[in-house]
Amino acid sequence: MAAAAALNAPSRILDEPDVEAPIRAFAIATMFWGIVGFLMGVLIASELAFPLLNLDLEWTTFGRLRPVHTSAVIFAFGGNALIGTSLYVVQRTCRARLFGGEEMGWFLFWGYQFFIVTAALGYVLGVTQGKEYAEPEWYSDLWLTVVWVTYLIGYGGTILKRREPHIYVANWFYLAFIITIAMLHIVNNLALPVGDGIGKSYGVASGVQDAMIQWWYGHNAVGFFLTAGFLGMMYYFIPKQADRPVYSYRLSIVHFWSLIFLYIWAGPHHLHYTALPDWAQTLGMVFSIMLWMPSWGGMINGLMTLSGAWDKLRTDPGLRFSVTAVGFYGMSTFEGPVMSIRAVNSLSHYTDWTIGHVHSGAMGWVGFITFGALYYLFPVLWKKQRLYSDRLASWHFWVATLGIVLYITAMWVSGIMQGLMWRAYDELGFLQYAFVETVAAMHPYYVIRMLGGMLYLSGALMMAYNLYMTVTAVEDLPTAQPVPAGALPVPAE
Amino acid sequence: MDMIRMHEILSAIWVVWFFLIFTGILVWVLRPGSREAARRHAQIPFRHDPN
Repeated sequence: MAAAAALNAPSRILDEPDVEAPIRAFAIATMFWGIVGFLMGVLIASELAFPLLNLDLEWTTFGRLRPVHTSAVIFAFGGNALIGTSLYVVQRTCRARLFGGEEMGWFLFWGYQFFIVTAALGYVLGVTQGKEYAEPEWYSDLWLTVVWVTYLIGYGGTILKRREPHIYVANWFYLAFIITIAMLHIVNNLALPVGDGIGKSYGVASGVQDAMIQWWYGHNAVGFFLTAGFLGMMYYFIPKQADRPVYSYRLSIVHFWSLIFLYIWAGPHHLHYTALPDWAQTLGMVFSIMLWMPSWGGMINGLMTLSGAWDKLRTDPGLRFSVTAVGFYGMSTFEGPVMSIRAVNSLSHYTDWTIGHVHSGAMGWVGFITFGALYYLFPVLWKKQRLYSDRLASWHFWVATLGIVLYITAMWVSGIMQGLMWRAYDELGFLQYAFVETVAAMHPYYVIRMLGGMLYLSGALMMAYNLYMTVTAVEDLPTAQPVPAGALPVPAE
Repeated sequence: MDMIRMHEILSAIWVVWFFLIFTGILVWVLRPGSREAARRHAQIPFRHDPN
């Protein structure tokens, strides 16, 4: 049935073209917020190394700028990348125009930017729920809910009107990301506004239940925002860049379902040695360790897609970013389960090791897979013959990689040292170090981390220049010739 | 049957139920007959005509 329908479908050429203008805007916003987020990261890293840099002003203290950094990178840079690429991928792989058309695209774009700005203003002015990665107060949360549900309608609507009978696996990952984030966001932000102004609310849950809901949210934001969403990106852009299909489509389905079944249980590993019942801590730990399997299955699937095309890594810097990203995905998803083991966690928790882990995931996996997609998308979206400079993109790659290596090695050393100093006793049973001694000992590593961040930021500035020049200085593609009907690809089912 | 007992039984059944669904998915995806369909599905990103 579906096959006949697909065969009889009018040729794509006669239709309205895919919605692309809002996706171009998302691509620019990704670049813009990325630079803002990396800059804030360098700034607060510098404040940790040299506290005077907070200028003694409340608006520029570490405590207020830290959520600006995390939200700018995760939700503004990552979010724009995910929404933009998902709208691109869903139209291409479903061979259907975005449900809701240009208006849908523009509403999502401006609606999401408005959320980012209201949230960031709140942070700087001291308006916060105090929940990590869920800092925005109720008014921003409500607005985001409206935008997000509209996103689900636009995305789901496009899938429903698809002409391709099968839903390509990248869309499964994107859809899981959209639905799960909606659920997490709503449940974790249930709150009652209080007082005359709009800047204060109290959460519905309290005590250990509140903590558990927060880390159910927090870890699944990692699992479904920073992992599943970007895996959707991986499953589309790496095959396109390598010009060959994914290594094993069946493995990608197993990857999807095992990730979905396991990830949602891993949150309690954030609450080891707390008031959370032991059974829940153990549950979180066991599910975290089981996550090794889908993570490494997915990594192997991404890397093996290049078998027979490894030479492309030398000529295509965008693909180099995407593939290195998968390497970092493998590395940080190996490290995460190790850190979730209670005995390891007793050393690593509350130390810089955690910060290093998060950044190998965020800079290495999320950042690099996004850069790879941007280097691919800009010439395609602006119909350009090529990237302005492959050489500059290579420089970006090496500078950013060096930045990550400096960052994560500094944090490993600093974090493990910090953890060991905290637990050191002298021969009389007293703590050997005062807290401030651990802070002083970390200073050199804070400086190294700051330098790593500066390198990463300079790489992103090179990318911005390169992509700007791609749009303004590279020759356009020759306008498309009419395609003879027989040459149109038609699904074979 | 009181609520506590029912909760115990249902939560145990829930584990079994999820296990069965997941095993079913594995069998369905990895059965020999799915090889050809998977090969075709992997080609979807390359089927899009430029516009």
